[in-house]
Amino acid sequence: MQVSNTRQIKQLQFGELFFRKGLALSALLLGIILLSIFITILVASLPSIKAIGISFFYGKTWNPVENDFGGLPFLIGTLVTSILALIISVPFSISVGLFLGEYFTKGFLSVFFKNSIELLAAIPSVIYGFVGMFILVPFVRDLETSLSLPPYGVGIFTASIILSIMIIPYSVSLIRQVIMLVPSSLKEAAYSLGATRYEVIKNIIIPYTRSGIGAGILLSLGRALGETMAVTMLIGNSQILPTNIFAPSNTMASVIANEFTEATGDVYLSALIEMGLFLFVVTTIINVIGRQIIKRFSID
Amino acid sequence: MERGIQIRKYKNIVLKTGVVLFTVIVTLPLLLVLLYIFKRGISAISWDFLANLPKPVGETGGGIFNALIGSAIIIGIAALIAIPFGVSIGVYLSEFRKTKLAYWTLLSVDVLQGIPSIVIGIVIYLWIVKTMGSFSALSGSIALSLMMLPSIIKSTEETLKLIPDSLKEASLSLGVPYYRTILKVILPAGISGILSGVMLGIARIAGETAPLLFTAFGNPFTNTNILKPMASLPLVIFNYAISPYDEWHELAWGAAFLLILFILLLNTLTKLAEKKWRVQF
Amino acid sequence: MKSRIKTTARVAAGAIILFSLAAFTDYKIEKSKKALVAEDNELTGAGATFPFPFYSKIFDEYNKKTSIKVNYQSIGSGGGQKQLQAKTVDFGASDAPVSDDQLKSFPSPIVHVPTCLGADVVTYNIPGEPKLQLTGDVVADIFLGKITKWNDARIIKLNPAAKLPDLPISVIHRSDGSGTTYVFADYLSKISEQWKTKPGKGTSLEWPTGLGAKGNEGVAGLVKQTPGAIGYVELIYALQNKMAMAKLKNKSGNFVEANLSSVSAAANVKIPDDARVSITDTDAKDGYPISSFTYLLVYKNQSYDGRAEAKAKNTLKLIWWTTHEGQQFASPLMYAPLPKEAVTVAEKILKSVTFNGKSIL
Repeated sequence: MQVSNTRQIKQLQFGELFFRKGLALSALLLGIILLSIFITILVASLPSIKAIGISFFYGKTWNPVENDFGGLPFLIGTLVTSILALIISVPFSISVGLFLGEYFTKGFLSVFFKNSIELLAAIPSVIYGFVGMFILVPFVRDLETSLSLPPYGVGIFTASIILSIMIIPYSVSLIRQVIMLVPSSLKEAAYSLGATRYEVIKNIIIPYTRSGIGAGILLSLGRALGETMAVTMLIGNSQILPTNIFAPSNTMASVIANEFTEATGDVYLSALIEMGLFLFVVTTIINVIGRQIIKRFSID
Repeated sequence: MERGIQIRKYKNIVLKTGVVLFTVIVTLPLLLVLLYIFKRGISAISWDFLANLPKPVGETGGGIFNALIGSAIIIGIAALIAIPFGVSIGVYLSEFRKTKLAYWTLLSVDVLQGIPSIVIGIVIYLWIVKTMGSFSALSGSIALSLMMLPSIIKSTEETLKLIPDSLKEASLSLGVPYYRTILKVILPAGISGILSGVMLGIARIAGETAPLLFTAFGNPFTNTNILKPMASLPLVIFNYAISPYDEWHELAWGAAFLLILFILLLNTLTKLAEKKWRVQF
Repeated sequence: MKSRIKTTARVAAGAIILFSLAAFTDYKIEKSKKALVAEDNELTGAGATFPFPFYSKIFDEYNKKTSIKVNYQSIGSGGGQKQLQAKTVDFGASDAPVSDDQLKSFPSPIVHVPTCLGADVVTYNIPGEPKLQLTGDVVADIFLGKITKWNDARIIKLNPAAKLPDLPISVIHRSDGSGTTYVFADYLSKISEQWKTKPGKGTSLEWPTGLGAKGNEGVAGLVKQTPGAIGYVELIYALQNKMAMAKLKNKSGNFVEANLSSVSAAANVKIPDDARVSITDTDAKDGYPISSFTYLLVYKNQSYDGRAEAKAKNTLKLIWWTTHEGQQFASPLMYAPLPKEAVTVAEKILKSVTFNGKSIL
């Protein structure tokens, strides 16, 4: 690259500046987009915030005929479904995390299971819902019949099981990551003192990674809260406060998916958007906190 | 004393068995899901299935040609939007690590990654569908491009970080301008990581349904005009899955099979790309 | 290696150019939008799932005949009204006439064009498939959650011969805004005082019990899969899926099955000029009590938002065809064709639709 005169140099400098600014601009644009997303849904929620106010969070009736929009059944539905999914998934996530991060870090088994779990993450939500309708629902229906409950087949329980399968890969990858960060000097010291693997896991790995694993579980919760399609297909879409874990219910995301294109009336639509706003704020907080913990953990 | 050791050994074995058992159980659903889809999907696939349009309700036959074309276009445009945007952000993050903007951008990426897809659907509906007065493939693509950004940005940033400064310094010291250094030296050196990020991003959005509900909307005809509503595989699966018609379930299984096959293919390619072109210094 | 670098660089450079061009895309989109509108042969409609089998058939036929592509998405009547209001579709479809209150929320006046008649049937899934006869108040109490078992005394009294199991009733209703729901609730409001006060009538209700499913398709699917389920769907969905339907007692005291003649009988009423009429709980002796017209909705003034005249014309021509030649496809799908009087009303309404102040047809 030969530069022979000042004009060319000027051009180069200009290109240089343009390029650097362009990079910074694209980074800036991302922040602007995010901010606009937030402002857009905030503004679009205002009619509902004005009309419904705080009772949006404790009102038990969601009645579009009367323009009465209490979101409590959906808040409860979301919370119960996600937490149940977490309870089901956590033992599995930690086991697989240990399997890949401690027991089998290399070799065929490790590769096989690691790839399998990654594939589990790659299957789209709508397909989980579809398969759930045909495999899981009949099974749950039989279970409900034997418990002499109404044999709906769909409901909180069904949705939670599918949801737990969907979040396992995510929490596994995070948990495995933090388990592998445990300094080997610590583990070796314990082994050299004659500790068994069980003792190393119990006394070194778990205490060392506690905050990291906690963050992994928190982040999985964030993901579970916003999961839409599979849950919509399996939860039963009922606006009544659920009375047991087999009851049909609705999550915030599934209500939006069901009713957004057909919400007649400004307050109705706005109430759905407010639900989206709430979902956005909650998942953002969870995400930022979880990520910060993980980040701090990796730097330590 | 002897007893104590026995107990310790016993605990050790129990834990290991538990861990292995749980791991095996987790992979079970995967095998189950894949097997089931393959079993039902393969029987649904035929030439008619691939090349025909859907028939009116209740008539047998018909295919998903419109959804195949639609998905290809929607994903293609999403990638076209997201790749340059994501790569530039990734380059910025790896080049200007210490700036305030970089800090906030990294945070934005984390936030973006966590936004539920349905919320993105709402926003794009308000931004584009309402403004343009029509559901459109373009609005679907924009929604999906937002969803694939994080994986492109992260992989670009992480790959470029691994490239030693000496490479850049060598190029700069030869008088190569900065932007040419980035475009011709740094980016090509990290191409494998960027590519795998792109492919993972595509794999992630290929099956996304929720944001398309209010944007791309669906279309029983083959459509190549991106300002019009367009069909897509995930939407077709959703609509047919919840229907009462057995023929439509068949179509949905076939579509699910194709979608899974496409995603598996992308995943495998990503693995191969990572292996073949790993950044080595 | 070298060529790869080159191509990558080119791609990247191209990408950056593309990116800086992003600022101009708005302009480009505007331009291409205009160019496309001129040769536009596609129409987008959305709404009711109730007449979807009929529409999907006739729009397919219309495409063969005129090469106009009609993209109809069955998202529910509530959705049809909402998307027309948001002007994201060329026409909406609804079985529920838009209420006076809601009419005010539209940016400009709209018209209702009746296209055919259908019936809500009460469909159920009971092992052994007994044939049931029900009355309106029993149906209301089942959907209110007051009758919870299939062997309830009131059901047995109406069906002494049927074998009714000791099975809980799973109520299946719509999860989306629905005209089928509206028609069903409209009927039950006329029958049951309690229903009238709560849940009332509307396209989305606050259901006291049961599961929600999306669309007529979804309700039929869920009823079919769930033993002990009861739901309400448009007649054709029950027929196509070979689902059991209850005979309903009408005002004259006859137990009537939903079919073409019983629906047509119910439609034998005076139709008002704006075509918005409820024919549930009919006085007709052989009329089926939960019958309804279904409508296509368009703006009365078609020259809005820079809409091309050709597009307005296409929309109107399609609807005209639907109310005339299209009617021949109704009966094979068990929808009752429009009575003569309704066609006359539809014609008058269609002729009142204008573009820039001039009648289109």
